[in-house]
Amino acid sequence: MILLPCPNCGPRDEGEFTYGGPQRQLPSLDGQSGTDDWLKALFHPQNPRGPMVELWYHASGCEAWIEVTRDTGTHEIIDVATNRLRDDKQ
Amino acid sequence: MGYSGFSLLKHAVTGNRRWPDVLAEPEMRASYDIVIIGGGGHGLATAHYLTSNHGITNVAVVEAGWIGGGNTARNTTIVRSDYLLNASFQLKHFALKLWSDLTQDLNFNVMYEPRGYVDLAHSDGELEHFTLRANAMQLRGADAAILTGDSLQQRVPELDLSGAKRFPVAGALVQEAGGVVRHDAVAWGFAQNAAAAGIHIFQNCPAISFDIDAGRIIAVTTPKGRIACKQVLISVAGSSSEVAQMAGVDLPLTTINVQALVTEPVKPALDTVVNYNAGLSYVSQTSKGEFVLGGATDGYASFARRGSFERIEDVLARAVQMFPFLSRLRLMRHWSGSADIPMDGNAIMGRTPIDGLMINAGWGYAGFKATPAVGWCMANLLATGDMPDLVAPFALERFANGAEQDDAGIGPYPWLH
Ligand SMILES: Cc1cc2nc3c(=O)[nH]c(=O)nc-3n(C[C@H](O)[C@H](O)[C@H](O)COP(=O)(O)OP(=O)(O)OC[C@H]3O[C@@H](n4cnc5c(N)ncnc54)[C@H](O)[C@@H]3O)c2cc1C
Ligand SMILES: [Zn+2]
Repeated sequence: MILLPCPNCGPRDEGEFTYGGPQRQLPSLDGQSGTDDWLKALFHPQNPRGPMVELWYHASGCEAWIEVTRDTGTHEIIDVATNRLRDDKQ
Repeated sequence: MGYSGFSLLKHAVTGNRRWPDVLAEPEMRASYDIVIIGGGGHGLATAHYLTSNHGITNVAVVEAGWIGGGNTARNTTIVRSDYLLNASFQLKHFALKLWSDLTQDLNFNVMYEPRGYVDLAHSDGELEHFTLRANAMQLRGADAAILTGDSLQQRVPELDLSGAKRFPVAGALVQEAGGVVRHDAVAWGFAQNAAAAGIHIFQNCPAISFDIDAGRIIAVTTPKGRIACKQVLISVAGSSSEVAQMAGVDLPLTTINVQALVTEPVKPALDTVVNYNAGLSYVSQTSKGEFVLGGATDGYASFARRGSFERIEDVLARAVQMFPFLSRLRLMRHWSGSADIPMDGNAIMGRTPIDGLMINAGWGYAGFKATPAVGWCMANLLATGDMPDLVAPFALERFANGAEQDDAGIGPYPWLH
């Protein structure tokens, strides 16, 4: 059971969320990205045993996508952010 | 060590105290022709068929934990071949043929019980699709039947078809050759036969690095020593990404937690395997009397082998829709395994960009049924260098050239397969 600390709503049960998968970097659409870049972006998600940034959608709450840094080996939550919070930090 | 009526009797007389170790700990050589990484069902089946089909015994199997400690003996033991896509079907169908003779071949009772696999459809649309699948199976020579109403009730008398349900049962696809196999016996049967033929099996011996020279694999390092070799097969289920990464090979996988649960044992009440498809929940009863239940993945990336109550509740809620009497049983145990799943939810088998390095991965929580066929085919590839027709469609390159094998049509969400 994972308790996700939603930045908007506080600690909430994983059942309130929809999983959005590992964070991905999509290649730019400027025509400079090749087949290999797209292959990696579309089919090769990061899959570490350890900390990973991933997306969760708080469907039964604030309806925001949040970015969670979670250890996939232990389920420990290391950090959590929304787009807005992250931009504010920078 | 072989088993016979005589050996059972002989050891019974001495109170079963003098059985020799089933797997001895061999002395590790400096080199082997082939190193198999991962002593799960798939790796051990490959070892067995290397000796029995090809007479190759200069082989080491290195297993990080113990034989049968991985997904081999964590799964819900269901075997079947009711797949729509030709490649998916053919490999599992070949496996069903091998399962039916395996106890004889190994002289080890793997308890293959073709009790039938009953796949429930919950709408007319879904039943249409199941009928398409049944027709495809029949055209390829497999048994498959669509049962509805009374005929379904007769086939599974315990199934609750009464009353108004949120997800009513429209009918079922039934494959009678499907069923269950005792999973730990599969690991031990293959291991014992491979070891008896001279293959070296090392437990508590993880592969920790590879030596690659000019794009070719030349050695595997383990805590017990460095092993020079000509070929390597990676067959490590949930750890596939990590181990392939040691060779610089990036596999298109997400590792996800999958759970199984068992109830207390009761008298025989269910003689088949039933799968509920509105959300996932599958139920069978072991020969000991426990009900074994499984469901969908836990739904997010995980190597923890520790599941959520969320999923347990979900599986049980659906199971009780099928069999209300289950609500009166207590759950005795539950556990998890790490399932490696690519975007199309199908296996990745064959060559890698490194010469001599073969891969068998991506089986997620659907690979037990394929175990003997995977072993047979990977042994063939390693022994002859020829790509078996049954394996070719599962090549790693399929993601680059658009030849995905997506039976479920799930979209880019490995955790939803
Ligand atoms: C809960 C659950 C239910 C399932 N139910 C079914 C089912 O009903 N039907 C079905 O067909 N399939 C099912 N599966 C899937 C099936 O169990 C797997 O697809 C299959 O077992 C994988 O192949 P394997 O047996 O070789 O894997 P494993 O037994 O996991 O073998 C891989 C081995 O590699 C070892 N390893 C890892 N890293 C290293 C390393 N660095 N060096 C050496 N060794 C290493 C591991 O210790 C492990 O023993 C289920 C899976 C789970 C988790
Ligand atoms: Zn929220």
